[in-house]
Amino acid sequence: MADRIKLQVARYRPEQESEVTYDEFEVPCPKDWVVLDGLNHVKDQLDGTLAYRWSCRMGICGSCGMMVNGEPKLTCATFLSEYAPGPIRVEPLRNFPVIRDLIVDIGDFMRKLVTVKPWIVRDEERPLSAGEYRQTPQEMDEYKQYSMCINCMLCYSACPIYGLDPKFLGPAAIALAQRYNLDNRDQGAGARMDVLSAHEGIWGCTFVGECTKVCPKHVDPAGSIQRYKLTAALESMKSFFLPRGT
Amino acid sequence: MTPSHDVVLVGGGGAGLRAAIAIAETNPRLNIAVVSKVYPMRSHTVSAEGGAAGAIAPDDSLDEHCYDTISGGDWLCDQDAVEAFVKEAPEELLRLEHWGCPWSREADGRIAVRPFGGMKKMRTWFAADKTGFHMLHTLFQTSLKYASVVRYDEWFVTRLLVDDGRVQGVIAIDLKSGKIEAITARAVILCTGGCGKVFPFTTNAAIKSGDGMALAYRAGAPLKDMEFMQYHPTGLPFTGILITEAARSEGGYLINKDGYRYLQDYNLGTPQPQPVFRSMELGPRDRLSQAFMKELEKGRTIETPYGHVVHLDLRHLGERKINAKIPFVRELCMKYQNLDPVKDLIPVRPVVHYMMGGIHTDINGATPLPGLYAAGEAACVSINGANRLGSNSLPELLVFGARAGKAAAEYASLGLEINPRIIAQKTDEHRRLEHDLLNTKGKARIATIRDEMQKSMEASAGIYRTGASLRKGMEEIRRLQERSADLAIEDHSKTFNTERVSALELSCMLDVAESIVTAATRREESRGAHQRTDFPKRDDQRYLAHSLIYRNADGSARVDYLPVTITRWPPAERVYGEAKPHGGPNKATGSALSSGAGV
Amino acid sequence: MRADTQSNQAHVYTDYHPRWLRQRVSTYWWLEKPAYFAFILRESTCLFVAWFAIYLLLLINAVADGPAAYQAFMAWSATPWMILLNAVSFALLVFHAITFFDAAPQALVVHLGRTRVPGPLVLLGHYAAWIAASAAVVWLLVRGS
Repeated sequence: MADRIKLQVARYRPEQESEVTYDEFEVPCPKDWVVLDGLNHVKDQLDGTLAYRWSCRMGICGSCGMMVNGEPKLTCATFLSEYAPGPIRVEPLRNFPVIRDLIVDIGDFMRKLVTVKPWIVRDEERPLSAGEYRQTPQEMDEYKQYSMCINCMLCYSACPIYGLDPKFLGPAAIALAQRYNLDNRDQGAGARMDVLSAHEGIWGCTFVGECTKVCPKHVDPAGSIQRYKLTAALESMKSFFLPRGT
Repeated sequence: MTPSHDVVLVGGGGAGLRAAIAIAETNPRLNIAVVSKVYPMRSHTVSAEGGAAGAIAPDDSLDEHCYDTISGGDWLCDQDAVEAFVKEAPEELLRLEHWGCPWSREADGRIAVRPFGGMKKMRTWFAADKTGFHMLHTLFQTSLKYASVVRYDEWFVTRLLVDDGRVQGVIAIDLKSGKIEAITARAVILCTGGCGKVFPFTTNAAIKSGDGMALAYRAGAPLKDMEFMQYHPTGLPFTGILITEAARSEGGYLINKDGYRYLQDYNLGTPQPQPVFRSMELGPRDRLSQAFMKELEKGRTIETPYGHVVHLDLRHLGERKINAKIPFVRELCMKYQNLDPVKDLIPVRPVVHYMMGGIHTDINGATPLPGLYAAGEAACVSINGANRLGSNSLPELLVFGARAGKAAAEYASLGLEINPRIIAQKTDEHRRLEHDLLNTKGKARIATIRDEMQKSMEASAGIYRTGASLRKGMEEIRRLQERSADLAIEDHSKTFNTERVSALELSCMLDVAESIVTAATRREESRGAHQRTDFPKRDDQRYLAHSLIYRNADGSARVDYLPVTITRWPPAERVYGEAKPHGGPNKATGSALSSGAGV
Repeated sequence: MRADTQSNQAHVYTDYHPRWLRQRVSTYWWLEKPAYFAFILRESTCLFVAWFAIYLLLLINAVADGPAAYQAFMAWSATPWMILLNAVSFALLVFHAITFFDAAPQALVVHLGRTRVPGPLVLLGHYAAWIAASAAVVWLLVRGS
C-alpha cells in the first residue's frame, strides 16, 4: 500500500481569476486518514491559501461536504485509502455557487428552509404545567428518520433537478417539512401544504433517488417526498369531492 | 450604514440561540443579531451525545441534583447558582420538548431518563445518543420563527467595541466578502463556547478556539477558574472523537492491558456486573482520567501509533442493546477507527473535553463590564466548579442562555445611547486586519505554532501539573506569542480568507493558554480537574475561591480570588464507590490515588 | 409567540454575487453517472408504455372492424420491424414495472393498526398483485380458445 497519494484540488480565486483551476498536492496516506486530513495537511504544511469548511470531524456538523471524484461526500468520513493509488479529485459541492476554492454558498437552502416552517406549529400552545406531549416510541419512529438531517447539502448536490432548476425546493427542505408533518405534536401540516404542493415543491421531484443514495445520515429524503406526493394528492382529491371538509 | 441592533449575540450554538429566543419572546420589540463564524447548525453543541440532566423522576429531588453537582464540582460551585440551575433545568428541557425536541420516551410516551456518571439518581434526559444534535437543531429551527432575530452567518467577531466603560457592539469580518464591519448594540452576549483546541487531543471541533473568552479578556472582563479543564476519559486516539459516557452507563468496562478493570484500585468501588451509580466506570470524569495517568505511569496501558490507550469493553452488552441504546457509538467506531464494538475492544484515552472556567458572570449571565453578558461554555457562573458532571452542560446552555438573554434584554431596554464615535474604532481594526495581517512577511507557520502550543499545554498543564511544568509552560507560551506576532500568511485575498481567521483564532488561543497556565500556577492545591502533584491536597482554607484573571493595561495578567458562595452544603470530602445503597465510603484495597482531592 | 411569520425577511441571503462562480450543468449531465442514465432510461420507458397503449387500441379497433381487418392487423404485427419494436417495448415495460415497484416501498408507507408494514412486504404485495392480474388475463384468453 502506497503511503502517499495525490490530491487534485479545485481552486477558485475570484480576485484573480474567473475560472476554476486545479492544484495538485501529494499528501501522506495512513489508513486512518480521511480526505479532510489530507486537506488539513495541505493547508498546514503546503499551501496556506486553500480555503474550505470543516469543524467536528465526526460527521455531525455537516460542514465538510465536497465532491470527491465526482461524488458528493463528507470529507471527514471518506478514507484516502479507499481511493488508492489515486489521484483524488476534490471539488466544491455541485449545484451551488462557488465563493472561493472549496467553499460554496448555501444561502438558497437557508432561505427555502424557513418557507417550510420547520418548527412545531400548534393551534394552541400547551402550558408547561401540563407536562410533556405524550409520544410513544412508535409515534417517534414515524418521523425520527427525517429528524436526522445534518444539513450537509450532499442531497442537493446529487439532485439533477436542483442542478437544472435552482428554484426546486429540494430534498432536505422537504424532508424537514415532513419531519414536522409526521410529528404527532405538530398541527401545522396544513400550514406547510401550499409551499410543498407548489410547482417547485414536491412536484418538481421526479424521483431520481440520488439524494437518498448520498445521504450520510440515511434520512431518505426521496422517500419523504414521494410520501408527501401521495398525501398531497389525497388532500386535493378530498378538497375536490368534499369541499366543505369531512 | 453601520448595522445596529439592540442585542448582539456572538455565537449561534445552544446558548446563543436559546438567548435569542428568550429575548424575542419576552421582548418582541427588541432587534436581535446572532453573529456566528459558522452557520448555527455547525456549532459544537451539535456533537454532544449523552444527555441533559433534569430532576423529574418521582424518587428524585432538586436537592439531590444540587448535591451531586456540588460534590462533583469539588465544592467550587456557587451554590445559589446551582440551586437556580437545578430548579430551572427540568422546565427548560420541557420547554424544548414543546418546541419539538425528540426526547427518548418510555413505552407509555412519557419522557425517559437514564443514569449518568456522577449522578446518584436517574435524571438524564436523552435523545437517543445525539442529544446535542437534536437540541441544537430544535433551537435553530425554532429560532427561525422570530422575525426580530437577524442572523449574520459566517461573520467573525474580532473585537468588542468598548466606550465609556460600556460594551457597545462588536467589529466583525464578513467572511464571504472580507468586509470589516462594526455592528453596534446596547448589549452583547458572548456564547462562543470553550477552548479545547488549545490542547492536542480534544473532543472539541476545529472552531473551539476560545474566541469569546479572549475577546472579553482583552476588553477588560475577567476570566474565572481557567485552570479547570476537564478531560473526558474515553476519547478515540488520533481523532479525539468522544465515546460517550452513555457507553459506560449502559454497562461498558474500562480495562488495562491485562484485561483488568483497573478502576477498583483507585477508590472507585468494587467491580459489579451491572453499572452502579457513582461507582467504578460511572465515577466522575476527573477521577477516571487521573486513574488512566496512574496506569500509564505503572506501564499497564497499551501502546498504539497514536499514543497510549486503555480499552473500553462493550462486547458483553450484545448487538441488540448496543444498536438500541448507543447506536452512534457503534457508528463512530466503525466509520472512524474501523472497528466494531460488538466484536472488538475500543482504544480510548483521556481527551480534553470541557472548560469549566470562562468569562466571569453572575447568576444572570452579566459580566462586570456593563453591556457585556456571557452564557454557555464560554461563561463561568459557576455551576460546574472544579469538575463538571456529565449531562449538566446541555441544560446549562438553556438555563443560562435564557437568563443572560433576559438580563441583556432588560439592559438593552434602558435605551442607553450608543456613542457614534465608537465607529471610529473600526478604522484601527481595519488597519490591523487588512494591512498588518495581510501584509506580513513573517516566517512562522500558523500550524507550527499551534502544534507547539498544544504540545506544551499537554505537557505543562495536562491532567497532572507541577509548579515547574507550569513555569516551563508559561515560558513556552511567551515565546510562542512573540513568534506569532510575525506569522507567515500566504493568503492575501479578502474573499473567505480562512488563513486570516486561523491566525486570529491562534492569537485567541494563546491568550487563553496564558490564562490557563497563570491560573494553574497560582492555585497551590489540588481540586477536581486541577491536580498539582506538588500540592496534592485540597486546601479549603486558602482556595475555596474562584480565580479571576484580569488583563492589565500593559498586557500582563493579574489574579484575584473570589470566595465561593456556600448556601446549604458545607464542603465535605468527595466520596465515590458506594456499592451498597446504605453505604458509607467503600474501604477499597490497593494503592489509592496519590492526589488528595477527596478520598 | 405564534409561529405565523411567513418567512423571516430579516435574514439576508444574497441570491447573486458577481464573483460567485455558477458552473453550468451540461446538456449531457445524464451521461455522467450510471445512476443518472438509469433514471433517464426509466423515464423514457413512458414512451413505450404509450406505444403499447396505442397498439392495444389499434388491436381493439381491428377486432371491432371484423375478421378481415383483424387478419390485416396480425399480418402487420408480424413484420420484422414491428416484432423488433414490440420486443424492445416489452423489455422496457418490464424494466418500467420493476423500477416502479422498487420505488413503491419508499413512497408507500402502510400502517396496519400501529405497526408499519415493512418495505419488502409492500414490494411483495405489488408483485403478487401483478402476477395475479397477469394470471387472470391469461386464464381469460386461454379459456376462450
